[in-house]
Amino acid sequence: MQSDHTAKAFDGDLQDLTRLVAEMGGLAERMIVDSVDALIRRDIALGQRVVAADAEIDKLQHVIEERAVLTIARRQPMAVDLREIVGAIRVATDLERIGDLAKNMGKRVAALDSDFQPLKLIRGLEHMTDLVQSQVKSVLDAYAAHDLPSAIAVWKGDEEVDAICTSLFRELLTYMLEDPRNISFCIHLMFCAKNIERIGDHATNIAETVFYMIEGQQILEKRPKGDMTGFASTVPGS
Amino acid sequence: MTMASATTPPFAAAHPPDNAMLREKIALRNLDFYYGESKALNGISLSLYANKATAFIGPSGCGKSTLLRVLNRMYDLYPGQRAEGQVLFEGKDILDPGLDVNLLRARIGMVFQKPTPFPMTIYENIAFGIRLYEKLPKSELDGRVEQALQRGALWSEVKDKLNANGLSLSGGQQQRLCIARTVAVRPEVILFDEPCSALDPISTARIEELIDELKTDYTIVIVTHNMQQAARVSDKTAFMYLGELIEFGDTDRIFTSPSDRRTQDYITGRFG
Repeated sequence: MQSDHTAKAFDGDLQDLTRLVAEMGGLAERMIVDSVDALIRRDIALGQRVVAADAEIDKLQHVIEERAVLTIARRQPMAVDLREIVGAIRVATDLERIGDLAKNMGKRVAALDSDFQPLKLIRGLEHMTDLVQSQVKSVLDAYAAHDLPSAIAVWKGDEEVDAICTSLFRELLTYMLEDPRNISFCIHLMFCAKNIERIGDHATNIAETVFYMIEGQQILEKRPKGDMTGFASTVPGS
Repeated sequence: MTMASATTPPFAAAHPPDNAMLREKIALRNLDFYYGESKALNGISLSLYANKATAFIGPSGCGKSTLLRVLNRMYDLYPGQRAEGQVLFEGKDILDPGLDVNLLRARIGMVFQKPTPFPMTIYENIAFGIRLYEKLPKSELDGRVEQALQRGALWSEVKDKLNANGLSLSGGQQQRLCIARTVAVRPEVILFDEPCSALDPISTARIEELIDELKTDYTIVIVTHNMQQAARVSDKTAFMYLGELIEFGDTDRIFTSPSDRRTQDYITGRFG
């Protein structure tokens, strides 16, 4: 553990930042769960609540940025402190993007008008969401606890999400080919799957930030990635 | 893919080698320093590189000013102070008792914490030092004075009042006059001992700008209590504590990701 600063108020500033990021993370996690829940249950009201919650996340991001800038101006932080503050700004940016992606899914709930709802697809989406949400939760815990091994585990764990996303895409494509009336629904679901996959990417970004905060350098290794292009090969005759 | 721990090779980013493309100007080898019985420096070994600025940082009493004073044998002025080990300046040990100290100080100049202009004209402040080492005709001396004042970024402010007293200048100008005076004798190394601690932010910025320019021709060593200043002006940073060199490396690395816990605690304001 770090010892305290001679200027105690500096510790307070840093703790405030970490607390704000945690608060923002909690909101983002709830938005992910709610948006997919609304999507599966066709709960338009819940979808709208997710859309409304995004404003709160945006507001928190502004607060974090302002506090971070103020702390830099006031304390001229160095080394681990500087990385802590830069880390908070970066994590807040990723969380804000996660909020946007969840909001986008919330908006789509109202647009889903067909009764077509293949169970297998829904299960796939749910499974993917569970994975991504636990990734987001783990990485936020790793951020709060400065837990390097957990952050690295998240960073490496994104591969499975990519794989599920690819298989979902492939299935959706099949449904669309089967019956053009499914296209509108499938496209919405495809965007949602992509959004969840992108949320997973933001979780790995946060893991990279945690790595940087602790180690003082960027991860050099290339992240393992699921192949995202294969799904197109189901198109007949291509 | 194996789970790598944070410190295994794939994750451990290699910092670029510290000393690539550098020419060693001064090499300290196992330097000890004593004020009478008390040991102020303990086994310091480090290299100062040509055309680079090296900052010595550390809490008060850590030995950084002592180290600076060894580099031009300033301690010789005081009985009871002695250095052991080697300080190789272009390969020649400057601790050698037979060394001409005056000549050494012409090659390794020093700028002090408080501006110390001589109580004479601006022109004489510069010309005085030159005359100590060289006999020049008036016209050539004038040229050298102008050159030095320009190098000290002071020429445009004083060119119309070269006969004014050096002490009539502002604090920041006086410090630049002292830098010009140091530069005038064409040293190879310039030592700065907290050169900005008595100056306002604008004068400080001017001096820092000047140090940056001087690097093209000189080897710079600077002692400073201002972490941000060390981070801004230096290429290499040495962190000292209780007379020992704790960490020495690229400034960019020391101030973003130091290796030693004590360095980190000091530069982030967590010391003691």
